[in-house]
Amino acid sequence: MSTAPGIVRIVRFPWHEAVFWLVLAAGFWLWPKHLPLASQVLIAGLFTLSYDLILGYSGILSLGHAAYFGIGAYAAGLLAQGGWGEPLSGLLAAGACAGLAGFLTSFLVVRGQDLTRLMVTTAIGLLLFELANRLSSITGGVDGLLGIEMAPLLGAFRFDMYGRTAYGYCLAVTFLLFLGVRRLVHSPFGWSLRGMRDNPRRMLALGYPVSHRLIAVYSLSAAIAGVAGALLTQTTQFVSIDVFSFGRSADVMVMLIVGGAGVLYGGLVGAAVFTLAYHYLSALNPVYWQFWLGAFLIAIVLVGRGGVLGAWARAVSALREKHRRTVTQS
Amino acid sequence: MIASLLGVLFDGLAYGMLLFLIGVGLSVTLGLMNFVNLAHGAFGMLGGYFCVVAMARWNVPFLAALPLAFAGSALSGLLFERVLFRRLYRRSHLDQVLLTIGLTFMAIAAATFAFGPQQQAMQLPEYLSGQLNVLGVDLNIYRVFLLALGAALTVLLTLIVERTRFGAAVRASVDNARVAEALGIRVGLVFQIAFAAGCGLAGLGGALGVEVLGLDPLFPLKFMVYFLLVVAVGGTSTLKGPLYAALLLGVADVAGKYYIPEVGAFIIYAMMVILLILRPQGLVSRS
Amino acid sequence: MTHALRTSDLGKHFGGVRAVTGVSLALPRGARHAIIGPNGAGKTTLINLLTGMLAPSEGEVYLGEDRITRLRPDQRVKRGLARTFQINNLFPDLTVIQCVLLAVCEQRGAGVDAWRPVARCEAEIAAAREVLRLLRLERAENTIVRELAYGDQRLVEIALALACKPSVLLLDEPAAGVPKSESQALFRAIADLPGEVTVLFVEHDMDIVFRFAQRITVLVSGSILTEGPPEQIARDPTVKQVYLGGRA
Repeated sequence: MSTAPGIVRIVRFPWHEAVFWLVLAAGFWLWPKHLPLASQVLIAGLFTLSYDLILGYSGILSLGHAAYFGIGAYAAGLLAQGGWGEPLSGLLAAGACAGLAGFLTSFLVVRGQDLTRLMVTTAIGLLLFELANRLSSITGGVDGLLGIEMAPLLGAFRFDMYGRTAYGYCLAVTFLLFLGVRRLVHSPFGWSLRGMRDNPRRMLALGYPVSHRLIAVYSLSAAIAGVAGALLTQTTQFVSIDVFSFGRSADVMVMLIVGGAGVLYGGLVGAAVFTLAYHYLSALNPVYWQFWLGAFLIAIVLVGRGGVLGAWARAVSALREKHRRTVTQS
Repeated sequence: MIASLLGVLFDGLAYGMLLFLIGVGLSVTLGLMNFVNLAHGAFGMLGGYFCVVAMARWNVPFLAALPLAFAGSALSGLLFERVLFRRLYRRSHLDQVLLTIGLTFMAIAAATFAFGPQQQAMQLPEYLSGQLNVLGVDLNIYRVFLLALGAALTVLLTLIVERTRFGAAVRASVDNARVAEALGIRVGLVFQIAFAAGCGLAGLGGALGVEVLGLDPLFPLKFMVYFLLVVAVGGTSTLKGPLYAALLLGVADVAGKYYIPEVGAFIIYAMMVILLILRPQGLVSRS
Repeated sequence: MTHALRTSDLGKHFGGVRAVTGVSLALPRGARHAIIGPNGAGKTTLINLLTGMLAPSEGEVYLGEDRITRLRPDQRVKRGLARTFQINNLFPDLTVIQCVLLAVCEQRGAGVDAWRPVARCEAEIAAAREVLRLLRLERAENTIVRELAYGDQRLVEIALALACKPSVLLLDEPAAGVPKSESQALFRAIADLPGEVTVLFVEHDMDIVFRFAQRITVLVSGSILTEGPPEQIARDPTVKQVYLGGRA
């Protein structure tokens, strides 16, 4: 159907997207020794995808998204520690807990301007960290929970030492959720989010109950963040209060910006770049990492955003422009 | 009971005064140029380290080190404003947040590298240590000093803002920068001076706060939420708003930690939630 | 007879400033009613009171049978009260049809659909095209809003409001900023507005007012000075004084 040429965004799966996921699926053969790291990348990618929903698409400035990641991580961890080791149900439960937390806190976040949202989300993140710290008898504090043992996935796939099951698990969950988000982003609801980001006053005047819709997307985003957190716990069989740290909230913002906010693959690309860079560079010296990360952020902002994907898009359109010019000249 | 209540109140006010001194610059920055500066705490930290270094390495007495801290932070604020921040006034809040967080990371890393991750110790001069007994209540002399100095500075600030031409220029620029510009007020210059002053005050607050708040490389992050709270709740169009917010915050925090230590730290978060629900536009709205 | 839009004693004060006082309007269905008044008369405040952006200090607003005084702006839109903005308040990076689709989708209840791709929402796309056709904007369907001529952007403003299928349409200075060369299209659009829609203009431009209004309300310093058909208002000496220099 082509009745809507100006409107059509890519709906069917274009080939380059399919290639992207096929390459990831081939990871079992492409990077068999680095599957645990690859799982980390996927988990970070899912977390960043959830963050893209609220920052990139809805314009909600948040520095506390790790709160929901942490809630999901601990929900899964406490369940497993308590004897319920079935991964999928644990994952769902974790997502539900995080989603509920997102819903309860969303009222504070959807009202107010950027500064208020920054403050509220930062405070929520810090509050949860502090809470988790205080309740270290339950959370295990910095040392984390012990005795997390996961039952085999789907009853058949044991979580093995090489991280194969974990990788497949993370990949499947990330892919499925990604597909869901993809549909959302191309739907009327997804479009309305961008409208609310760019001109909330106008959206109100069009009959959109802006606060309500933002509450919905914030809760959804929290749920997805919770799923990512649960994946981390289940695949590493470990969780500590680090999952609530401010650093994690700041990192996810960096990851999204690096990859490109408001763009579907931005979260995944940014998470990949950041996680891999962190893995290989920060081992050298954590102080240097922090310093150069800060410098890099400043550079990104000064040079212009859009991140990796934005630069890619600019490069592609520049090449097209050049091609067009040479074609018309010849 | 009354004695401890007064003591807590007193401590809280002193603490709140510190938060105000450090945070007022952030409020001015946001109100004047709509610039979210999450690195504001770093200027406070800078002042703290200036003071500590001056006292430890160059044997500068405490009271003389304070103006040094002010000057050092003010000058670096001026430098950063000219070189970096002024490019971002028209950019989105997200860009500003990103850049200033990046700056904060760099500041933390630099401070860790230069001074190590530990808390800085400070030797207060004799005449500022110890207790003073007033009406049966033991008051910490340093905190008396803090309150007095803070009050004096607040009065000075208020006088400047309300009685001087510069103050009028600041108020006009906060109200409506374009019209102010059209009226001949050099808004860019106004902002530079106000920004530098805000950073200077933050540095002073940081130096004063070494004894009360502590000083380590994580200072900017640890207190970021406090400053954000002060500004978000106190608003950006008056001086009184952030002052009341800071004092309220200080008292609530100290009182919470004293009377209900298990949940004391959460009192400020609860307060923030309540205040936001009741007054989404801040404590003191513009008339 | 139930009026399409009615206010009773609507008022708003900010501290000591009485921006709007005792405004009572009654617009029958299909009316073309204009509100005029010098700058600072309270016209913008009145619009904000009607649309729900401001809560009144006193008085009530009725849309048909419903008392809408306590409703949020978006709720009022859903009941049938749409508005345009004096300064174009569009989505500069979207195309014309994408803007109108935003309005149409919510109006048809598709705003909560998080599954169907917009490109497959055929009914909504058709409805959006219909609105564009009404305003003769079909050729601009795929033009990005920021690249449109100002006059055409004003038309998109009206398109957005019409897409909400309002029973009452509030036009806030529709001719503001439109150069004379582009005003023909605007006049045609206003003339072509559906007859059953009640239209309330707030206007400075006397051309539009006398061309389209059946009744005029004159607002001065927040209260109604007088009200009546255009010829009567044109002859009224107090109105002339207010506009042409008498210090009130």
